[in-house]
Amino acid sequence: MAGQAILSARGLTRDFRGFRAVDGVDLDVAAETVHALVGPNGAGKTTLFNLLTGFLPPSGGRIELDGRDVTGLPPERVARLGVARSFQITSLFPQLGAREHVELALQSSSGLGWRFWRSAKLMRRYRERAAELLDMVGLADLAEAPAEALAYGRKRALELAIALALDPKVLLLDEPTAGMGLEDVDRTVELISTVRTGRTVVMVEHNMSVVGRLADTVTVLQAGKVLVEGPYEQVRADERVITAYLGAADAAH
Amino acid sequence: MTERTERSEGREGMPGQHGMSATVDTKAPPARSGLLAVARAPGWVRYALLAVGLLVALWLPNGLYPAVAVDILCWALFAVSVDLLLGFTGLMSFGHAAFWGTSAYLTGLVAIHAGLPFPAAVLAGALGAALLALPIGYLAVKRTGIYFAMVTLAFAQMVYYVANEWRSVTQGENGLQGVPRAFFGADLTDDYYFYYAILPIVLLGLFAAWRIVHSPFGRVLVGIRDNPARARALGYPVHRYKLTAFVLSGFLAGLGGGLFAVGHRFVSLDVLHWTTSGKAVIVVVLGGIGTLWGGVLGAALVVRLEDWLSFSGFEAIGLVTGGIFVLVVLLFRRGLWGTVAHLLRRRGAARRE
Repeated sequence: MAGQAILSARGLTRDFRGFRAVDGVDLDVAAETVHALVGPNGAGKTTLFNLLTGFLPPSGGRIELDGRDVTGLPPERVARLGVARSFQITSLFPQLGAREHVELALQSSSGLGWRFWRSAKLMRRYRERAAELLDMVGLADLAEAPAEALAYGRKRALELAIALALDPKVLLLDEPTAGMGLEDVDRTVELISTVRTGRTVVMVEHNMSVVGRLADTVTVLQAGKVLVEGPYEQVRADERVITAYLGAADAAH
Repeated sequence: MTERTERSEGREGMPGQHGMSATVDTKAPPARSGLLAVARAPGWVRYALLAVGLLVALWLPNGLYPAVAVDILCWALFAVSVDLLLGFTGLMSFGHAAFWGTSAYLTGLVAIHAGLPFPAAVLAGALGAALLALPIGYLAVKRTGIYFAMVTLAFAQMVYYVANEWRSVTQGENGLQGVPRAFFGADLTDDYYFYYAILPIVLLGLFAAWRIVHSPFGRVLVGIRDNPARARALGYPVHRYKLTAFVLSGFLAGLGGGLFAVGHRFVSLDVLHWTTSGKAVIVVVLGGIGTLWGGVLGAALVVRLEDWLSFSGFEAIGLVTGGIFVLVVLLFRRGLWGTVAHLLRRRGAARRE
């Protein structure tokens, strides 16, 4: 085991008007592992993601990043502390080009974004790195395309590129392969296995073959609670999981 | 700017480029399409446009009543300040009269009591407006959409009532009279010469707006406008960026309002009235949201039209400007500048194919 937990939650809870979407979740994500969150729809995976990244304040519980209490911090602070995320529903700047997305992401850790009296040409300092990242996710040819003109799979790739541009310690990917064709799925799996070096990846994923190929640890959520946690092979064989979810999903593949 | 030209090649050839304008129309303000149409034009076109603009600005008081030309300059700054928020940050301020008017009063008071040269008084007014924008913006930027508009309107109304009640300072309904145009002994009583005295200040203000839009900060603003959640996930403190944009916008609005006060040598409560905020938004929408120069064009047209209507003794000016506003919104959603830029761009794209 790569050892210590870099991201952990204790008793994490979130209520939505009487509905408890996340219910006392304890989670320990070990550093430099790939940790998958699976579970049926409505199990609270995306809510958990939003809690971990500050997009939702928890109703109860505590979140620690690298031993530091980050409970209730706003998303931009969590991001600056080294947690980058992608969104389940592609979330880009429709009118900006792919390269501009990556440049904005690269710029965010500097103070350059505040320089309203300087020329935007200063952002050229990020051009080379942006080109590298776009090349990495297979978008080199589409660097100038406005995001809204990209095909779905390409948008997902761009999401990944801008998350990587933040050079995060922890990368949270919300269904990185959702809606992708087989070829794109393979490419994404390959990409994640490349970029995981030196990083921690937490991913929500429905595609069990993707989970099997990438994840060191799998946490199964059901109705906002942790049902089972362990290595993929073990979780997959667990009776409760088969009943709850995995059996049906596996049979479908 | 050159950067834009470079990238244009790749973008024009993109599939889906034409479909884009349709979605842009309904969803986000058509900012980039308008802005880029000019920005991606060849360098000589942009310089030619700039030269024409400057020539028109230099000629203006010869073709119009100088007093009207002065008003156009002031309103151009005001419109651009509103567009900075509306077109480039995605915030619709319906209370910008608070900054225009506060600066008008401050400028008037400083000019009357301190006897400073008018640019110093205007600067003091604009700084005062920016200072006022800080608390108002702080509270407003936490809201979005119509709620942001309502909060700004509410604060502007508060400022209006304070000015109305605080007669010892603002002279209430009588207004501040006799705002001097002091400028190192130069005689600027003639509006014709006053126009040329304020032109450099206005151009400086317009340049500042252009610089802000085309700065790294401006890029972040556009990102925030299009997808604030994503901007936050990238680590950008969205509220603070919006607040900074709001204060900068308040300063520019104040610059216009201060010049307006000196231009009229008189400040009345009208400068703080909500209809003044509304007119600023109308001017921007007419000219083209997110085009920057559209606001200048809109200001010229609206101010000229209103002057013409009132000169011909027409009472219901609002009926005409309102009617035109509705027509433009229905027929040319990109506004005047935005529509022209869009047509030019389409022609340019067609020629290349």
